[in-house]
Amino acid sequence: MNLYPFVMEILQVLILLAIGPVFVGWVRVLKCWAQGRSSAGLLQPYRDLRKLFSKDVVLAENASWIFRFTPYLVFGTAVLAGGIIPILSTDLPLAATADVIVLVALFAIARFFTALAGMDIGTAFGGMGSSREMTIASLAEPAMLMAIFTMSLASRSTSLSYMAQLVMSGQSVLRPSIVFALLAFILITLAETGRIPVDNPATHLELTMIHEAMILEYSGRHLALIEWASMMKLFLFTALGIAVFAPWGIASSADLVAVAAALLFMLLKLGVAGIVLVLIETGLAKMRLFRLTEFLGSAFLLATLGMLSYFILE
Amino acid sequence: MNLAIAAQIISFLAALVLLSAFGMLVQRRMYGLIHLFAWQGLFLSISTAVVGFVAGKHHLYISSVLTLSLKVVLLPYILHVLIQRLKIQKEVETVVNVPMTMLIGIALVIFSYHLTAPVREISTLVTRSVLAIALATVMIGLLMMITRRHAVTQIIGFLAMENGLFFAATSATYGMPLVVELGVALDVLIAAFIFGIFFFHIHTTFDSLDVEQMARLKEGD
Repeated sequence: MNLYPFVMEILQVLILLAIGPVFVGWVRVLKCWAQGRSSAGLLQPYRDLRKLFSKDVVLAENASWIFRFTPYLVFGTAVLAGGIIPILSTDLPLAATADVIVLVALFAIARFFTALAGMDIGTAFGGMGSSREMTIASLAEPAMLMAIFTMSLASRSTSLSYMAQLVMSGQSVLRPSIVFALLAFILITLAETGRIPVDNPATHLELTMIHEAMILEYSGRHLALIEWASMMKLFLFTALGIAVFAPWGIASSADLVAVAAALLFMLLKLGVAGIVLVLIETGLAKMRLFRLTEFLGSAFLLATLGMLSYFILE
Repeated sequence: MNLAIAAQIISFLAALVLLSAFGMLVQRRMYGLIHLFAWQGLFLSISTAVVGFVAGKHHLYISSVLTLSLKVVLLPYILHVLIQRLKIQKEVETVVNVPMTMLIGIALVIFSYHLTAPVREISTLVTRSVLAIALATVMIGLLMMITRRHAVTQIIGFLAMENGLFFAATSATYGMPLVVELGVALDVLIAAFIFGIFFFHIHTTFDSLDVEQMARLKEGD
């Protein structure tokens, strides 16, 4: 039996666990530079996680099993998603069993349980956060699926590895449908990972927080797992965007040099993605919650236009 | 230039024209609207030049330059000055809410694709697939005129419609005869001037450019 794909699988998950916090650190460092502050360094997310892991868990008296179970589930789905998305190599055993629709469903499960956990304790903030999160999700998920269906139409497959390989083979040059899908995907990534026009990851201001409101009651290792998972989520969405829209450099053969090159390319692309993200975040102000329907509506519009222009123009 | 590459560039520009049409449909700010209109004109002008190059029709270069000077520079400038004089930079009022307008816009695109499907079957031009986009641009301009209350926005919708018609002419038959195109360009220019004069009159009479105001006959009550 060929062991190479399994080694790659494990390597990918390890990279996900290791690079996720560093990527968030990189975004924070860039943001500090852009705003003229001095930064805490690339490794600050690791220090935060270590601090949280060493602290005790404080549970509310009426917390049910959902509240205790959610952090592990959210963490687990993030790790599983890391095995599906071709980050380093397109030759993944898990990718053959799960396509991009499963991936969206995985993120949806994590979100569903986070929303339940937010309501579980019965505090006002948790319920408010859950309600907002689900409002955003109900608009972001159709747009996300639409953008991905556009890409699947263009590559005639819903398998991420296959899509990446097809784009790498260079058959699609300047296709309007792909550009529309990419624009839609960027908007959705901002919404799904809770970045600035939608949600501010650095705030605990009660009126504006969405994701933070849901996890306000978590502490200790539970909070550490959720934080780690949300760092990985940012990394995963970026990796998904890279795999679908700019997969050049991802290894497709069982070759050590190709894998090393893939790692190098990945770091390079992540660096660029971080710069783009910071430019968006420093350039925009956070939107009012009721404007979000328009923001996500335009993501849906772009994705649909991508699909239509596939039929009309190609 | 390779025919396939040219077709790809043209359809890409068509997609950008459609995107700017949708952008205008959802834009709330006056200046943003005018900038989007100028962008649409620019994409149109480049696309016309590319079509002219591919088809070997040199009069299309003239219409391309005409589009560039008129719709990218002159008309936006006139509208800009108008807005500054009338002090109406504030947000644009819409009759239907924005997400709904987007959905109607998508439905219009599908409708025009369906409508132009038979033409697409018989046509042999490089630009045949662009016709659906052109028709959609016309319809979105019309939708914009319907869903906006402000007179200036309605005029921009009208001009966007004209852009769509021009695009349709270029893509369906490689452009109208030069005389017709010059005439249309002149018409649009004159129309813009007349609109400007009308805006001033409406503004001095009603103190606002909201067309709702004109539904009332008497002043006061």
